[in-house]
Amino acid sequence: MQSNAALEYDYSLAKKFTFLTILFGILGMIVGTLIAAQLAFPELNYLLGEYGTFSRLRPVHTNTVIFGFTVSGIFATWYYLGQRVLKVSMAESKFLMVLGNIQFWLYFIGALAATVSLLLGFTTAKEYAQYEWPFDIVVVLIWVLWGVNMMGLIGIRREKALYISVWYYLACFLGIAMLYLFNNMEIPTYFTSGGLGNPLHSVSMYAGTNDALVQWWYGHNAVAFGFTVPIVGMIYYFLPKESGQAIYSYKLSLLSFWGLMFVYLWAGSHHLLWSTVPDWMQTMGSAFSVVLILPSWGSAINMLLTMKGEWNQLTDNPLIKFMVLASTFYMLSTIEGPIQAIRSVNAIAHFTDWIPGHVHDGVLGWVVFMIMAGIFHMAPRMFKREIYSKKLMEAQFWLQTTAVVLYFTSMWIAGITQGMMWRAVDEYGNLMYSFIDTVTVLHPYYAIRALSGVMYLTGFLMFAYNIYKTMTSGRELTQEPQFRTPMA
Amino acid sequence: MFFHWLEKNPFFFAAGISLVISFAGLIEIVPNFAKSAQPLVDMKPRTVLEIAGKNVYMKDNCMSCHSQMIRPFKSETDRYGDYSLSGEYAYDRPFLWGSKRTGPDLHRIGNYRTTDWHEAHMLNPPKIVPGSIMPAYDHQFENEADLDTAYAEVVTVKNVFHTPYGPEIKKGQAAWDAHKPKVLEDAKKIAADMKDERVKSAIAEGKVPEVVALIAYLNSLK
Repeated sequence: MQSNAALEYDYSLAKKFTFLTILFGILGMIVGTLIAAQLAFPELNYLLGEYGTFSRLRPVHTNTVIFGFTVSGIFATWYYLGQRVLKVSMAESKFLMVLGNIQFWLYFIGALAATVSLLLGFTTAKEYAQYEWPFDIVVVLIWVLWGVNMMGLIGIRREKALYISVWYYLACFLGIAMLYLFNNMEIPTYFTSGGLGNPLHSVSMYAGTNDALVQWWYGHNAVAFGFTVPIVGMIYYFLPKESGQAIYSYKLSLLSFWGLMFVYLWAGSHHLLWSTVPDWMQTMGSAFSVVLILPSWGSAINMLLTMKGEWNQLTDNPLIKFMVLASTFYMLSTIEGPIQAIRSVNAIAHFTDWIPGHVHDGVLGWVVFMIMAGIFHMAPRMFKREIYSKKLMEAQFWLQTTAVVLYFTSMWIAGITQGMMWRAVDEYGNLMYSFIDTVTVLHPYYAIRALSGVMYLTGFLMFAYNIYKTMTSGRELTQEPQFRTPMA
Repeated sequence: MFFHWLEKNPFFFAAGISLVISFAGLIEIVPNFAKSAQPLVDMKPRTVLEIAGKNVYMKDNCMSCHSQMIRPFKSETDRYGDYSLSGEYAYDRPFLWGSKRTGPDLHRIGNYRTTDWHEAHMLNPPKIVPGSIMPAYDHQFENEADLDTAYAEVVTVKNVFHTPYGPEIKKGQAAWDAHKPKVLEDAKKIAADMKDERVKSAIAEGKVPEVVALIAYLNSLK
C-alpha cells in the first residue's frame, strides 16, 4: 500500500487504554496507601463503615492495580507498539478496530462492576482470583477479544519476522488464558441446589491441598505472565526506541525468553513451603526458583548492556533513567524471590511483611516504572506534542525512587524482625514473645511504609498531571521524533 | 536456523509457547492430584451454620491477615497446637490457608478461644488484646447471615463432590425448609453464650446474625 511513506498508525485504542491505566493507577494506589496507613493507624478502618476495613479493601487494592492498572498498561502499549513492530496500522482493518472498541468498553464497565462486587464482599477468596463467576466470564471474554485482535493484527502484518516484544505479548496472552481458566473453575451453587441462595456464590472445583496447589500455580504465574512477561516485552521495545541503541544480544534474548517460559511455571509451589503440599513438589518449587535467576537476569543484563557506551544518556534523559532503574529493580526482585524460596529462609520470611516488601520492590520499582516510561515515550507520538515538563519528570523520578527504597527497607526489617520474634525462645525453650508483642513492634515500620505510599502516590499524580498537560498544552510537534522523546 | 523460522510462523510460535508452559502443570500438579487431599478417618464435613460462618470469614476477608496453616516447627506447635495435616482440609472449598500473618494463625483456634471471647473481641479487639490493630466488626452483629446460600453450597458439595452429608441434605426449597430448624437450633446454642442485645433479639425472631455463624465456624476450627 504505502511503500515509501511512513505508515500512519491509529492510536485511538492506545490512547483510551492509556487513560484507563492512569485512572486505575490512581484508584489502586489511593486504596493501597489507605490500607498501608490502616496498619499503622487502625482508626482509619472506620472511614467507610463495613466497606472500609483493611480486610475488605485489600483485594480491592490488589485487583485494581493488577487487573485495572497493569492490564490496561499492557493493552495500551500493545495497541501502540503492536502496530509499529508488525508494520501495519490498526485502521487497515475495520474488524479489528470494532473488536478493540468492544474490548475497551467491556473492560471498563467490567472492571468497575467487579470492583464494586469485591467491596460488597462477593469473593471466591483465592488471591488475585477473587472475582465471582459472572465476572470471571467477563474477564475471559475480554481476554479472548484481545487475543483475537492480536492474532488478527499478526495475520495482516507486513514485517514477517516477529519482534521480541511480540513474543512476550503472545506469551502473556497464552499464559494468562491457561492459568485463569484452570484456577477459576468453580460451580455456581444456585443452579445445583434447585435455585437457593445467592446466584453469585460458587464453590471451587478443587478442595484443600489441591486447591492450594492450583491457586499458587496460578498466583505465582499470574505474576509471571502479567508482571514480568509483558513488561519485559515493553522494555525490549521502548529502551532501544528511546536510546537509539540496538538490543545488545539476540541470543541472550532467545535464551531468556524460552528459559523464562519453561522455568517460571514450576516455581509456583514455593508459596507453599512447609505446608501440607507433598515434599517433592516443594523441593521442585525451591529448585526451579533458583534456576529462574538465569532467564530473569538474562533479560535485565541484555537491557543494561544495550546502553553500553551510551551511559551519558542516563544523565540527560530522565526517560532512560526510568528504564534503567526499572531493569535494576527487576534484577533486585528476581534475586530476592529465589532467596525467599530457599526453605530455611522461607521458614522465617513466609507469613511476614517481607513478602509484601518483595512484591512491592518488584511492582513499584519495575512494573509501574516501566509502564510510566512507556506512556512517557508514547505520549508525544500519540498526541503529537512535546512532554510538558522535564523538571516535573525528574522530581517525580526521585520522589518515587525514594518511596520504593523506604517501602522495601522498612518491610525487610519488619518481616525479619517478626519472623525472628515468632520463633525466639528463652533459655528454657519457652516462646519469648506473645503474638501481640510481634505486632506492636512493627508500628514504626508500618508508619514508614504508609509514608512511602503517600510519596509514591504523589509521584504518580505528578505523572498523571504531566501527561494531562502534555495532551492539552505541550508544544505541538510537526514531525514524529525518531528516538529521544522531546520534553520541555 | 530453527528460531528464525519459528519467528516467521506465529502459529507454531504460539504452539511452542503453549507446549513449554504446560509442562510444569502436567508434571507437578496433575499426578498427585486426587491423592493429596484425602479426608482424615471419621472426619465430618461442616454444618450449614458453620459453612455460613465460613462465608462470613470469606466476605470480610479474614484470610488477608490470618493463616490457617500451622507449620511443623516447635515454635508454631507451641503457639498454636498440632501442625496441620493435609486431610484436615479435604472438605475445604476453597482452601483458606492465607499467605500473611498480620494476626495469629487460626487453624486450631476452637481449642483455646470461646464464644464469649470472640463476641467481645469482634466488638472491640484492642479492648481484649491491648495493642491490637484489628478493626472491630460491628456490622457482623447487624447483618444477617446468608443461610440460604450456605445450604445451597452444602447441597452442591454433596451432590457434585460426594462430600458425606446425611440424606436430609437435598435439592430444593422444601428440603431446606425441613432442615432449617436444625440450623436455627445450632445458632441458638451459640447465642446462648453471648450477651449482645442485637444478637438476642435477632435469634428470638428466628434470624441469625453474621457473627453467630462466624463464631460457629471459628469454634469448629480444631
